[in-house]
Amino acid sequence: MENSEAGSLSNMESFEKIRTLLISRFGESAIVAEAQEGLQPAFYIAPEQLPEVCRFLRDHEATYFDFLSCISAVDDGITAGTFTVVYHLASIPYKQQLTLKVRIANDRHPDRLPALPSVSSVWRTADWHEREAFDLMGIFFENHPDLRRILLPDDWEGYPLRKDYQEAETYHGIAIK
Amino acid sequence: MAENTIETSAEKPYQEALRAYEARLAAIGSEEMVINMGPQHPSTHGVLRLQLITDGEIVKEVIPHLGYLHRCFEKHAESMNYGKTIPFTDRMDYLASMNNSHAFVMGVERMLGIDGQIPKRIEYIRVLVCELNRIASHLIAIGTYGIDIGAFTPFMWCFRDREHIMNMLEWASGSRMLYNYIWVGGLFYDLPVGFEERCAEFIAYFKPKLIELDELLTTNQIFISRTANIGVLPSDVAINYGCSGPMLRASGIKWDLRRVDGYSVYPEIEFEIPVGKGEAGTTGDCWDRYKVRVDEIRESVKIIEQCLERLSGPLKRTPEFDPRALVPKKVNLKPQDYYVRAENPKGELGFYFVTQEKTDIPKRVKARGPSFNNLSVLPELAKGVLIADLIAILGSIDIVLGEVDR
Repeated sequence: MENSEAGSLSNMESFEKIRTLLISRFGESAIVAEAQEGLQPAFYIAPEQLPEVCRFLRDHEATYFDFLSCISAVDDGITAGTFTVVYHLASIPYKQQLTLKVRIANDRHPDRLPALPSVSSVWRTADWHEREAFDLMGIFFENHPDLRRILLPDDWEGYPLRKDYQEAETYHGIAIK
Repeated sequence: MAENTIETSAEKPYQEALRAYEARLAAIGSEEMVINMGPQHPSTHGVLRLQLITDGEIVKEVIPHLGYLHRCFEKHAESMNYGKTIPFTDRMDYLASMNNSHAFVMGVERMLGIDGQIPKRIEYIRVLVCELNRIASHLIAIGTYGIDIGAFTPFMWCFRDREHIMNMLEWASGSRMLYNYIWVGGLFYDLPVGFEERCAEFIAYFKPKLIELDELLTTNQIFISRTANIGVLPSDVAINYGCSGPMLRASGIKWDLRRVDGYSVYPEIEFEIPVGKGEAGTTGDCWDRYKVRVDEIRESVKIIEQCLERLSGPLKRTPEFDPRALVPKKVNLKPQDYYVRAENPKGELGFYFVTQEKTDIPKRVKARGPSFNNLSVLPELAKGVLIADLIAILGSIDIVLGEVDR
């Protein structure tokens, strides 16, 4: 785990390199958009290609993003009509970080959850992180091995981290307000 | 985007997984038994409930149930400004509060763009209190691990020495465990007069004690038989499950964010990164995880000595020094997002911020707790082990439920 050559690359250089790699492998359609202005540049990935892109980034010898730090589900706001799921990747051999984002349109109807493919087959870390995103934000992950609520009880109503979440008056007849 | 929506009017989708889970429990064989360990079991180090499917003494499957200590950290953080959230971060990993607020504060400072302007004295004080807290956290890990295995003395010795650290941090911050000491842009207050000398006395006292503690457990034959070759975690599995901190290093990966990211003043400080070598058994077993923590205490002592040297030398306290000089009245951030990570005693602690315009209240704060990820590997580690070994494995992971459930 010594400092490798690629590890000395600046964040921006490796970002450009990863873009070239992704486009040559998956074509232009995999990267929907880019966010470059922030402190950590990010790719917006097409949801249906997410697991393949992740597997490619994990296994490719120039990237080896073998460590999934975090999956965060973000509610873009009541009027935005979208949810964003953010993946923070780290490469232990190259000491690099990368941010991937997936934006999903949704009308916030409680019976129609935003859905995207699970990456728990790529990194097992995603298993619990996706359960948490499902539990608190109501994001449905397809092909997840065990998508139960993780922090809240199984019979909880609603998704508390959504901006339009209304607390229930009672839970099993117990006043909770 | 219609295909990215799931119709759930007829039946909620998550009930499928819930039914599969219930069916698994209903379909246990006549030889098998379901045992609940926790949420009130002392060896689960908090309110963790483990559902074991056992065959005699053999654990066939472990199903962890979390959430008993869920205090809605992320929801709280969305309703108040950054400074007010710091006391809440203290309550996540309540054994290492300083490290939690340090990570949080670093993220906000980086977004504000003032991370390069923090005076050296403040940075050294931060590192000093964080390393003191790291020792305290590791002492608890080692002491309670001894209890799990059946050794009572190390527990008492660890708590005796930890008490000195608690007293010192109380002296500095006014609180014993939940400090709210590290603030955005500075500190709550400078170190009390005489703190450096008192801390140096503690280090002089603590170093021989560490050798005693080491002799008590590390080479203890009973301890080795209970921990060596138990719960072996290969490095590839550890990485794939997102394990970090001593868990990952015990599996032989030299990965310490204090070195990788080089945040705060860690690049100016000399210390080693201990890794598991399988001295008592296999690399990545319970004994290695214990040993990495003992070695890390030793490294933390080195870091503290270097901090004290500089804090009482070139960075000595002056009457006009104000640790709150850079503390912003209002944290005005442009809309952006940032993921900050730092090396907690338990591993990589991350905060993901999404800010919004014209307010100092974040849109979203996600906390990535190291214990949460380290615990997720337990069902994998515990397949086919004895129930007694499960206690040894769980203790070696060193979880804090306040952070698992947040």
